[in-house]
Amino acid sequence: MTDELVDIKGRAQAPRRSRLGEFFSSDFFYMFRRSPVAIISFAVVALLVLAALLAPLIAPYDPFNPASLNLMNGFTPPSTPNAFTGDTFLLGTDDQGRDVFSTILYGMRISLFVGFAAVLFAMVLGVLLGLIAGYVGGWIETLIMRIADIQLTFPSILVAMLIFGVAKGFTPVEYRDQMAIWVLIVAIGLSDWVQFARVVRGATLVEKNKEYVQAAKMIGRTGPAIMLKHILPNVLSPVLVIATISLALAIIAEATLSFLGVGAPPTQPSLGTLIRIGQGFLFSGEWWILLFPAATLLALALSVNLLGDWLRDALNPRLR
Amino acid sequence: MSTLVSIRNLTRVFDVSKPWLNRVLENEPKRLLTAVSDVSFEVEENTVYALVGESGSGKSTIGKMLVGLLRPSEGEVEIRGVNLAAESDAKTVDQIRSDIQMIFQDPYASLNPRWRVGDIITEPVVARGGDATGLAAKLLEQVGLAAEDAQKFPHEFSGGQRQRIGVARALASNPKLIVCDEPTSALDVSVQAQVLNLMSDLKDDLGLTYLFISHDLTVVRHMADVIGVLYLGRLVEEADPDALFTTPKHPYTQMLLAAAPRMDQIGREVEPPKGEIPDPINPPTGCAFHPRCPLATDVCKQKRPELRYVGTTRVACHHAEG
Repeated sequence: MTDELVDIKGRAQAPRRSRLGEFFSSDFFYMFRRSPVAIISFAVVALLVLAALLAPLIAPYDPFNPASLNLMNGFTPPSTPNAFTGDTFLLGTDDQGRDVFSTILYGMRISLFVGFAAVLFAMVLGVLLGLIAGYVGGWIETLIMRIADIQLTFPSILVAMLIFGVAKGFTPVEYRDQMAIWVLIVAIGLSDWVQFARVVRGATLVEKNKEYVQAAKMIGRTGPAIMLKHILPNVLSPVLVIATISLALAIIAEATLSFLGVGAPPTQPSLGTLIRIGQGFLFSGEWWILLFPAATLLALALSVNLLGDWLRDALNPRLR
Repeated sequence: MSTLVSIRNLTRVFDVSKPWLNRVLENEPKRLLTAVSDVSFEVEENTVYALVGESGSGKSTIGKMLVGLLRPSEGEVEIRGVNLAAESDAKTVDQIRSDIQMIFQDPYASLNPRWRVGDIITEPVVARGGDATGLAAKLLEQVGLAAEDAQKFPHEFSGGQRQRIGVARALASNPKLIVCDEPTSALDVSVQAQVLNLMSDLKDDLGLTYLFISHDLTVVRHMADVIGVLYLGRLVEEADPDALFTTPKHPYTQMLLAAAPRMDQIGREVEPPKGEIPDPINPPTGCAFHPRCPLATDVCKQKRPELRYVGTTRVACHHAEG
């Protein structure tokens, strides 16, 4: 017997490739390899995400442990020994003597976590509402899409601030700092579901008239099963693109809210909070407290955005 | 032979009005489209009943009402004496539903592109909570594909192979009746013949009954035991293929047959059919065919003809004679 796969009619069968092998030989990976922008931005995102995940291992100091802080180290310039203690910090320290490099690593954790969670929340909400609007139609569709239209007329940062403010009013004072992150996620998520709902509704309207959906209906599948098992897998690729671009927007939205002082609390500073703290010292000459968190935010948002743009082109067969 | 399907006075009206607000603002009445109007026929067990007609004649609408995708506006569909729209016993309804399956027109749209073929084929069984072990392999071999194909995705197959997958799915729940909605019109002629032969063989092997919807008279002649001709949602003639092709009784059928291209008469002058199918929102009074009919008289404009027997043929025409 040979190892060659032969089907019952004696036709030779190509051996099935593994999932990973299939991915590496796919058009998608080929296009990725051919695009320097995609490779570089993917590398930057991967590096930053990895650094954020491994922050406790990489960071030289724990900026949230007051015992490890020495106020004498305040305002140390980058890579210069402190005049009093002689300690050196790669990216300098802020007013309380916290290592800027360490606070950036920890701040990025919060920025990324809020960004990912908010996009996930917006995606689940938007995709479900879009599916329902597109599939069910009628007055339910009108209701959902008009709410979406109304929400689009407000700048999303205002919507997020409004939700944040209302939610803060409902949280007991002693939990406010703890809950701030979660409130932030819900606020950004709620301000961002419209994009998903619109795209998914459009795609659902196309898919629901295809015969495979009729076939499923005829078999006796119920509405939820048809929406989730049949239509959802076919509308996901545009959702992936929007999710990537939304991720950049959500990170920036979080930074904006934190910069305005309504986002992450100073006890859990995100990149936006760090920038807010830093801008207070800009005119007195301590530029590093602002510059390094801002540069990190820029690199993160820009590469996620570029990656999303590339993904949109790569998944659009008309642009190939 | 017993009657499997009986369709009585079936009517389907679609509301094609503009949205409510536009209607109120523009002061327009509701627009109703009668896609199927008072159609009655019966399908005997183990036969092929073909419905033919131009686009817009309501043939697909009848098929969809039969499988339950659309509700009839009036009249009823009875399968083995059970009216599905009125039956309250869920178990009976479910049993009969699984006895009816459908093969769709476009093999590129009727298979979910993200599902593996094996899952597509067994869905009718799995959806009812049945056991589908080994079913996909058996069915794939039955329709002339390989058991290993169950692991592939639809895009890996040609149009003819996809239609075979569609046939396999239709067979999964052991149906008695399969509604075929133009199953070959999206395929090449050579592949059409293969799929039709497969369907013929399966009918004989498994004792199936087909309701075969088509606009192609040659395909229908090859397959059907009884042919029903539809015009503007009305059944105008019903006969067995020999009678229909040699002695068509209804002037519309005569016109259709005269217009069909024939291999043995290349170069013959063909008289194109006169006029077009009328607007189903405002159908002509009396006999719907009278504006195009060479035999039309005053009675045709006033009175809608009933289906009546002329010889063995049922025909709806005031002037048809044996």
